[in-house]
Amino acid sequence: MSHMDPNTVVIQMKDIVKKFGDFTANDHIQLTIHQGEVHAILGENGAGKSTLMNILYGMYPPTSGTIEVKGKEVHIDNPQKAIELGIGMVHQHFMLVQPFTVTENIVLGMEPMNGLSVNLKEAREKIRALSERYNLMVDPDAKIEDISVGMQQRVEILKVLYRGAEFLILDEPTASLTPQEIGELMEIITHLTADGKSVILITHKLKEIKMAADNCTVIRRGKYIDTVKVGDKSEDDLAGMMVGREVNFRVEKKAQTPTDTVLEVKDLHAKDYRGAEILKGLSLSVRRGEIVGLAGVDGNGQSELVAILTGLGKAVSGDVVLNGETVTNLPPGVLFEKGITNIPEDRQKHGLVMPFSVSENLILQNFAKAPFAKHGILQQKAIKDHAGKLIEDFDIRPAGCEQRPAGTLSGGNQQKVIIAREVTNDGDLLIAFNPTRGLDVGAIEFVHKYIVEQRNKMRAILLVSFELDEIMSLSDRIDVIFDGKIVGEVKGEGADEYVLGKMMAGGAA
Amino acid sequence: MKQKLLGSHLLLTLLSIVIGFLVGAILLLIIGISPGVAYAKLFTSVFSEFKYIIYSMIYASPLIFTGLSVAFSFKTGVFNIGAEGQFVVGSLAALAVGIFVDLPAILHVPLCLIAAALAGAAWSAVVGFLKVKRGINEVLSYIMFNWIAFYFSNYVVNLQAVHKEGGGEASKDILESARLTAPKFLTDMCPYANWGFLLAVACAVLVWYTITKTTLGYQLRAVGHSRTAAEYGGISSNRIFLISMSISGALAGLGGAVQLMGMSGRLSQFAGQEGFGFQGITVALIAGSHPVGCILSGLFYGAMKYGGTKLSLVNVPNEVVNIIMGTIIFFIAIAHVFRKLFQRKQKGGAAA
Repeated sequence: MSHMDPNTVVIQMKDIVKKFGDFTANDHIQLTIHQGEVHAILGENGAGKSTLMNILYGMYPPTSGTIEVKGKEVHIDNPQKAIELGIGMVHQHFMLVQPFTVTENIVLGMEPMNGLSVNLKEAREKIRALSERYNLMVDPDAKIEDISVGMQQRVEILKVLYRGAEFLILDEPTASLTPQEIGELMEIITHLTADGKSVILITHKLKEIKMAADNCTVIRRGKYIDTVKVGDKSEDDLAGMMVGREVNFRVEKKAQTPTDTVLEVKDLHAKDYRGAEILKGLSLSVRRGEIVGLAGVDGNGQSELVAILTGLGKAVSGDVVLNGETVTNLPPGVLFEKGITNIPEDRQKHGLVMPFSVSENLILQNFAKAPFAKHGILQQKAIKDHAGKLIEDFDIRPAGCEQRPAGTLSGGNQQKVIIAREVTNDGDLLIAFNPTRGLDVGAIEFVHKYIVEQRNKMRAILLVSFELDEIMSLSDRIDVIFDGKIVGEVKGEGADEYVLGKMMAGGAA
Repeated sequence: MKQKLLGSHLLLTLLSIVIGFLVGAILLLIIGISPGVAYAKLFTSVFSEFKYIIYSMIYASPLIFTGLSVAFSFKTGVFNIGAEGQFVVGSLAALAVGIFVDLPAILHVPLCLIAAALAGAAWSAVVGFLKVKRGINEVLSYIMFNWIAFYFSNYVVNLQAVHKEGGGEASKDILESARLTAPKFLTDMCPYANWGFLLAVACAVLVWYTITKTTLGYQLRAVGHSRTAAEYGGISSNRIFLISMSISGALAGLGGAVQLMGMSGRLSQFAGQEGFGFQGITVALIAGSHPVGCILSGLFYGAMKYGGTKLSLVNVPNEVVNIIMGTIIFFIAIAHVFRKLFQRKQKGGAAA
């Protein structure tokens, strides 16, 4: 155990400025990290958190400002230098070779050589020792492709520890974890700090900050707001600091009795792109005026289900029934006409034609209909007026962006374009797939408000999300999907996170 | 924003053209020829007399068509490297109608053009069909179809019914009623003057209108930009591929008809592919796939081709023109690569 003093400053970033052309990503940011603390960096998407961490990790130099590690000023030119200084980064997207073992992945790039052959024996022992010391429970001989996502993340943490990191940067570490896995990660973080390591936690999830962090530095639009003790602040306080105004987290939802069944999925079977069976007899139903949340960890068949419901994928067997009519495996255009609208999972791949203008994107399904087209000729004025109205109604920014390519808008505003379109498309069924992925708090509030509004207008809503919080706060009824089947159903009101988490991981309810 | 991009493409293109001429000059110097003399000849060959300009337009006409053909398919993300073959079958169809059908000119000319367009469309549609039904990469089948068209054309030219009587390695001449000959005051100046250029300009405007103003154009562009988003929106990308490739083939086929009906009047037996289709790729690239830009770049290429024919008068090899055009394409292409890389870097930086 190293000597530990929570008052020792280990990393100090002073007046960090980073400019990309005219754009200032970091504007005089201050960051002080003490030994053995968990320090959260809180900010919305695009606030400049990742830029700041990339500067610390040597990915690019700051425009101005200084970095001190253990009291000495340093110039971190590249990640190698950062590693030498004891800084390690666990990226949001894991960088692991799937068919390799844990040990092989960890030594990758710095293999201990024994003549011409690689000597893994020593490395394996070291990894085993590290794993035990921090209670990671990682098997050094397991292949990456055989272990869970949560386990893979521990391998990434081990990789960083193996390289001698004293300061660990965790970039959005909970993005793809179940509640149980998140709990375990928090325990691991406690083990690390108890041993004198400092952990920098990049996140926009307030709950996790409250759960794990000692201090929190808030960044808003590239500017340093404040560094606070987490114990002194409530979630609402932190949210307010992050967004710059008061935020309403609680989704207001009036009680409402659902009426007739709009969507019924019966015993659906489907294969994934590799030909492996991914939907194994899935059944569910959605009624008018209710939000059914489909909870589950990524990769259990959600994408395939939504693809089939929207006509982009094919079912092998089973039925999709819409308002009493079987519509299995019909093409997207036909399903749309029958009343299925969709906020797609990937807005850049499916939701928008990025080089198209906002106006053009807003008529994606209706371009050939009056008033947008007459006799095959596009009616520019009608198209522009339609866009102008939606841009105003849905507060899509920048104002007057009718002719701008959708790709130049921010993620939140791109999502608003899609929502404006799908809400006005006014089908009987709205399928929202991760509708707030990558959005900041303000935009999330907006999206949730519109989804609930659609429910109140007695549309049927199927909400598919990997964010359990989102499912729990919006749904009237929650179905849990695991391994291509619905493994349990609970009422939305008063749903227990841990019960859901257990079902999401394949356990019995 | 759009204005800026357009401006930057224009700038890059002009810069590439300058570099093309510079590289040509260096090569000329290496083989001991004065670039000044060569380029002066090239310039005066095109601009010193009005009739030379007419000639450049005659040379440009088929290139504008094949350029439009390639540019049109680019809009949907298809690379029509088969314009060459469609050009050939187009001219064959026009030849057949031009020789064997006897009609007054007012009917004969349109009939020949329609036959050529349909032949080119069908030729390209077969490749499209293989693409959407069997997943065969269109570039491969297009190249093979070019050779099939080439040998088929030589075969047809040598058929007894088609072959010119009394020897020569060419077909009969098409009937006078099928020719696109221009009015007398122009043909007095240059005997090959024809309506082809005006047809090409009309087609360019029509193509531009179709792409930007119609629902068909909307679908073509949507599929070209993002097949996934287009399908999400209910557009059948397979259907759009077939339509786009057919229209693209029709345009190349028209180019073949214009060359036959306006210029040559007959088809010869060729030792190698003539290259109108391939040159169309150059025209489309220089134009940045803009239909109206194809008129300008087609004129540029036509003038270079025409001027090149006279270079031997000052003992400069004709191939210099090919080297210049090749260099221009090379630099336009790498400029695109650099711009993409630059944009990605900027984007990556800002997103972090």
